[in-house]
Amino acid sequence: MTSISQPAATPAPGALATAWTRIWRARRLVERNIMVYRHQWIIILSGVFEPIFYLIGIGLGLGGIVREVPLANGEVVAYTAYVAPALLATAAMNGAVFETIFNVFFKLNYAKTYEGVLATPMGITEIALGEMLWALMRAALYAIAMFVIMFFAGLILSPWGILMVPAALLVAASFAAAGLAGTSYLRTVNDFDVPMGLIVMPMFLFSGTFFPTTIYPDWIQVVLHATPLYHAISLIRGLSIGTVELAQLWDFVYLVAFFAICMWIAMRQMEKRLIK
Amino acid sequence: MTVVAASGRVWQRNWLVYRRLWHRSLAFGFLQPVLFLTAMGIGIGALLTPASLEAFGGVEYIHWLGPGLLAAMAMQTATFESTYPIMNKIMWGRNYEAMLSTPVGIRSIVFGELGWTAFRIGSLAAVFLLVLTLFGIVRSPMALLAVPVAILVGVAFSACLIAFTATQKNDVGFSAIFRFVVNPLFLFSGTFFPLAQLPDAAQAVAWATPLFHGVELIRGSILDQLDPATAPIHAAYLLVMFGIGTWFAERNLTRRMAG
Repeated sequence: MTSISQPAATPAPGALATAWTRIWRARRLVERNIMVYRHQWIIILSGVFEPIFYLIGIGLGLGGIVREVPLANGEVVAYTAYVAPALLATAAMNGAVFETIFNVFFKLNYAKTYEGVLATPMGITEIALGEMLWALMRAALYAIAMFVIMFFAGLILSPWGILMVPAALLVAASFAAAGLAGTSYLRTVNDFDVPMGLIVMPMFLFSGTFFPTTIYPDWIQVVLHATPLYHAISLIRGLSIGTVELAQLWDFVYLVAFFAICMWIAMRQMEKRLIK
Repeated sequence: MTVVAASGRVWQRNWLVYRRLWHRSLAFGFLQPVLFLTAMGIGIGALLTPASLEAFGGVEYIHWLGPGLLAAMAMQTATFESTYPIMNKIMWGRNYEAMLSTPVGIRSIVFGELGWTAFRIGSLAAVFLLVLTLFGIVRSPMALLAVPVAILVGVAFSACLIAFTATQKNDVGFSAIFRFVVNPLFLFSGTFFPLAQLPDAAQAVAWATPLFHGVELIRGSILDQLDPATAPIHAAYLLVMFGIGTWFAERNLTRRMAG
């Protein structure tokens, strides 16, 4: 699309410059989403409170009974400080996934928003990037809110904790890309049960949010350690508690690769759905 | 047509739609408690010391948690079914407008929808009870009482939510209901941890909220430890909530469909 509008004499722009042009153009979709949400801000803002309620419930309720959790290195950590970073990770996941599954599905299948967008200089790449960036912004709001609360509640145990926010952005980008990739396979509203009930909810319950995965037999642990949320929680919890090891580097690499693969699938699928 | 017969037709309409989805609905109704019990029940249970189990009245954590989750499921399903689907029938699909042009009246619509919630929650509660039995949590036939109690929790929430939905012009308010009402009730009604863990003021607030009463009744019947002194209070609370909710549902829906 770009090549048509370029005068023939201009030398082809470098790959980096093209990528930047596309990202810059994708901001239009973010602007569009902001305008749509202007009158529905309560939907976005209310999401801030979900992890906070969980944190209060866990801190006041279960924290008084389950006092501490043993870590892999033999140390113990207070239960609330153990769960809080995991709630930050799941808040980033939920913000990204809700946006890219429910809202993108609606725009793709009912509102036909993207058909209108494609009639402008924006292409599939810009749509995918724009939705990903918007979901990232929403998830960042949730993650930052949790970070501030954790900070004032004294639940960040290490200076590494400052890296939780950029780590949460990587987590959010990964799940936004995964959500975009998954949504293109859904056909009706009843299909939401599959990603939410069979993937997101089980991951939330089993990937080490509320208790260590080491309580399960080895073969189940192998499965759980393959999930993206496990790595998201492991990375963010490591930063918060200060147990940063090689495992956290591996979590980082996993999430970057997961993001790249999902983004590639998302663009390919959206192209199939929209251009046919 | 009598109100009862007309309500039956409203119920039947929901059944015709649901007939194509029931196996999936019940499959998820089975899967969800299995996942929650294996995760939270076993996982958190593993972190508890024998001494800390005293907070749960000496029962294993998974036994304590299971019945609470059943009550919460009744609330969540009833709330969801009484928001978006009802909104759809009021203004997006306009099904009620069509129904009102027949001998079906507002009261029949409200009764038919509540009857539908009762059926849905009843079937899901039966599946849930089956899961609890498989996990060895059920102790006596008294547990069967949990099904009608879950239905009562369901219709009490459903009636109040229909009354709320009838006043809404769009679905924005629903996310506030889920985030600020349903989710806190889910967490703070004695579902995951005993209310005794909370400060006194918060305990008093929890006593005033509806899910707590459902949790107490359902846990009492499944663990066969119903307290004859408090059980009637819990039941009365839910019945009154159901009655008031139904009255408002009919009033608000009448105003909405007239306007």
